[in-house]
Amino acid sequence: MADVKVLGAWPSGFVYRVIWALKHKGVNYEYIEEEDLLNNKSKLLLQSNPVHKKVPVLIHDGKPVAESTVILEYIEETWPHCPLLSEDPFERAMARFWIKFGEDKALAFFTFYRADGEDIEKAAKECKELLRIIEQHGLAEKKFFGGDKIGMADLALGWIACWLEVFEEVVGVKLIEAGSFPRLHQWIQNFKAARIIKENTPDPKKLFSHFKLRREALIASKEA
Amino acid sequence: MEEKQSEVKLFGTWASGYCTRVVLALKAKGIPYRYIEEDLKNKSELFLRYNPVHKKVPLLLHNGRPVSESLIILEYIDEYWNHSPKILPDDPYKRAKVRFWADFYDRKLKEGTVAIMTSRGKEKEKAIEGFLELLKVFEEGIAKDFPEKLTFSNSQPLDFLDIIVGSSACNYEAYNEAVAVVVDPKRNPLFFQWMTALKECPLMKESLPPHDKLVAKMKSFQSRSV
Repeated sequence: MADVKVLGAWPSGFVYRVIWALKHKGVNYEYIEEEDLLNNKSKLLLQSNPVHKKVPVLIHDGKPVAESTVILEYIEETWPHCPLLSEDPFERAMARFWIKFGEDKALAFFTFYRADGEDIEKAAKECKELLRIIEQHGLAEKKFFGGDKIGMADLALGWIACWLEVFEEVVGVKLIEAGSFPRLHQWIQNFKAARIIKENTPDPKKLFSHFKLRREALIASKEA
Repeated sequence: MEEKQSEVKLFGTWASGYCTRVVLALKAKGIPYRYIEEDLKNKSELFLRYNPVHKKVPLLLHNGRPVSESLIILEYIDEYWNHSPKILPDDPYKRAKVRFWADFYDRKLKEGTVAIMTSRGKEKEKAIEGFLELLKVFEEGIAKDFPEKLTFSNSQPLDFLDIIVGSSACNYEAYNEAVAVVVDPKRNPLFFQWMTALKECPLMKESLPPHDKLVAKMKSFQSRSV
């Protein structure tokens, strides 16, 4: 019986990618919460991910795998049933392209999250441009990034469905509206309605409190 | 073995290490292709049509279908033409390690070399210091996870990490001359050993850009980014 552990932190969208993938494949795992990621990282985390010291980390039979997108590929290859990637090399390349796009552009959304005052408008504009590209070129006419079913790119971009609305509420500015991003908006509804996602997402109220507090701290330290 | 009939085009620029990666992978696998040098100041219509999101090189066009981002292209090549030599290992855990270090190299080290080129004075010194710290981490990581790299001989086929790292780091002499000495046998003996052995590999020799041309290009890029 394989021993699978996930080191995580409950507010992290990166961690949930891994949880969703494991749940999707019906892989049993032990979840270990990093209680104080900012100030007191656990010995297990430091041993398992000495390079980046970040969550998530997957530990499979004692062997650690770090970086959520690397973990997703590892899960797909180790438990190939209920595939998250197409068999077709071109479709796989497309999924990886959008996963990488999300990673490369995530900073823009983090900038929006911690923007204050007059910086918010500029940050929001940049995020909307990126969302437009994702909607037009990534999602196009498909129901999910993976096609008819949720795939790896959907899981990797799932933060847009579940975390972005929390950021919007905390900042007080909406990025995605049904009128302006109809297909992305529909994708969000479909994604959140999927059983695995619905049953495995942190409480939005808890997320809101957490990110509101953290944003206030970030803004205060910027002004200090 | 059924031969896959394919039309393969590669849009690239001669100085880009990212493009060299794809050239190395195609040559290593014996895949015939047509190379098109793209003028980035005046991008061709075909290039823009197939690459609307990033508009960057390299772009692989395979039977009219575009694949971009060098790491993704390499995985695509290995999956579509899945004959030997294999670029990625078969074992999922080894593949995870290879992807982890490729990501570290691109996000931390390659970005670090650009940061050095685009900074001056005290800022440049700081950028070099930061880069060398990261190079040490990378070197130690490779020594632990891929010790065979330290005894690399050019009779071995090139794999994912050889291609990704070698395509730019084998040009270290040009970088040392044009920008700053960052690859140094005393500071990073293992990394240096791997790169000097890799440089002698025939495929690498014929695919890397000419030294003097690259030095001139790097110097020009540096002076333009003041």
